[in-house]
Amino acid sequence: MQLMNLFRSSVGRKLFMACSGLMLAGFVAAHLLGNTTLFAGSAAINAYAEQLHKLGPVLWIFRLGLLGALLVHVTFGIWLTLQNRAAKPMGYAKKAVQSTTLAAETMIYSGLALLAFVVYHLLHFTLRKVGLETSLFSDAAGQVDVFRMIVLSFKQWPLVLLYTGGLAALFLHLSHGISSTFQTLGACNEQLLPLLRRAGLVAALALLAGYLSIPLLTYFGLVS
Amino acid sequence: MNLTLHVWRQQGPDDKGQLERHQATDVSPDMSFLEMLDEVNEALIKEGREPIVFDHDCREGICGTCSQVINGQPHGPQAETTVCQLHMRQFKDGDEIYIEPWRARAFPVLKDLIVDRTAMDRIVEAGGYVSVSTGGVPDANAILIPKDDADTAMDAAECIGCGACVAACPNGSAMLFVSAKVGQLAKLPQGRPEAASRVCAMTETMLNEGFGNCSNHYECEASCPKGISVKFIAMLNREYLKALPKLKIK
Repeated sequence: MQLMNLFRSSVGRKLFMACSGLMLAGFVAAHLLGNTTLFAGSAAINAYAEQLHKLGPVLWIFRLGLLGALLVHVTFGIWLTLQNRAAKPMGYAKKAVQSTTLAAETMIYSGLALLAFVVYHLLHFTLRKVGLETSLFSDAAGQVDVFRMIVLSFKQWPLVLLYTGGLAALFLHLSHGISSTFQTLGACNEQLLPLLRRAGLVAALALLAGYLSIPLLTYFGLVS
Repeated sequence: MNLTLHVWRQQGPDDKGQLERHQATDVSPDMSFLEMLDEVNEALIKEGREPIVFDHDCREGICGTCSQVINGQPHGPQAETTVCQLHMRQFKDGDEIYIEPWRARAFPVLKDLIVDRTAMDRIVEAGGYVSVSTGGVPDANAILIPKDDADTAMDAAECIGCGACVAACPNGSAMLFVSAKVGQLAKLPQGRPEAASRVCAMTETMLNEGFGNCSNHYECEASCPKGISVKFIAMLNREYLKALPKLKIK
């Protein structure tokens, strides 16, 4: 048995998906926790942003780790999907679905939509290459007011709509992905599986509600 | 009752194949699905036409030979039942029934409804056994096995290797089949010495044979005529995790 079996075995390949997915989902949860400081007001979220940046190299280690997980997840996701399609070259004239869900069947599409959304989100809020003029929310010294940046952005309905779409993809992806990860990591049995499927859905819903509250509450003037 | 059948007809592996319409008349609700097809074939033979070719053997639901996708469901609409044990009382007069072969790259169609399932044999050959070299027959209770473990192993051993899991899987994966074969040995002390090499070899062979990867749709469990649970796939994954420390760089 060689180490390369990890790449040659179906389960080995899936472990890459599950572990990288778990890291990314963990980040999604932590990112939401950080973002909720928005509701505590301007001072809170700006202080949070400043603290994050003060981490310096530690922040970069996290970012690189996440980038690595994202690369693994996307590469293996596309690779495995292509392989699965090749393994089922022809479907049935009469199709009857018994157990699978829309979320499970559309993982590659929700995943790719999510990837496009993440790229936009990074360009928007992290690199600030798209969206509003940076002068609108930064002072003369170039210090960015994160609170103002978010509030001004989400006063524009096209952006609210775009973020809602991105979050819908996130929900769809996680509603299958979370319970699927536990099954792939073997942390599952007959009694746990139905519970995990429901818990995964609830967790995905909670994340959706949490994230959606930011653009929606801002748009409707409840954050100002 | 009278039924309209849409049956997949394919001359050989290289033929394109298509659905062909057949009428099944005066079908008794007490007939099995295969008996209904036997009657249709009798009529076809009398007309001088080629009968519909399909796989069957024991007709008792235990051998795993019959393999038809009926109205999109492997083995048809009745849960935990093989085609041969499916009876026509499950249908009603005037029904349209689609009958197609198992679809997967690893299962090429040989003719009509018969597919080549030897890829599953090669997965078993890769490690789905216990190597016994010498010695007499051991005493029945020489090795004590907890009842729960024996029961779980027997649940996995119920797999008749029909391939319905592959036919049902949107990815054409044989993961439920492999997990049943790994699971029946993993729970028994006799299977432990080769557990790590078995799970690595069988999951690798599965891919080499052209099966897809499991993405947890659980269509396999819903279609399995023996009700094999996807808990065995989780067990297979655990067996693989246990094997990881034994992987060598060269």
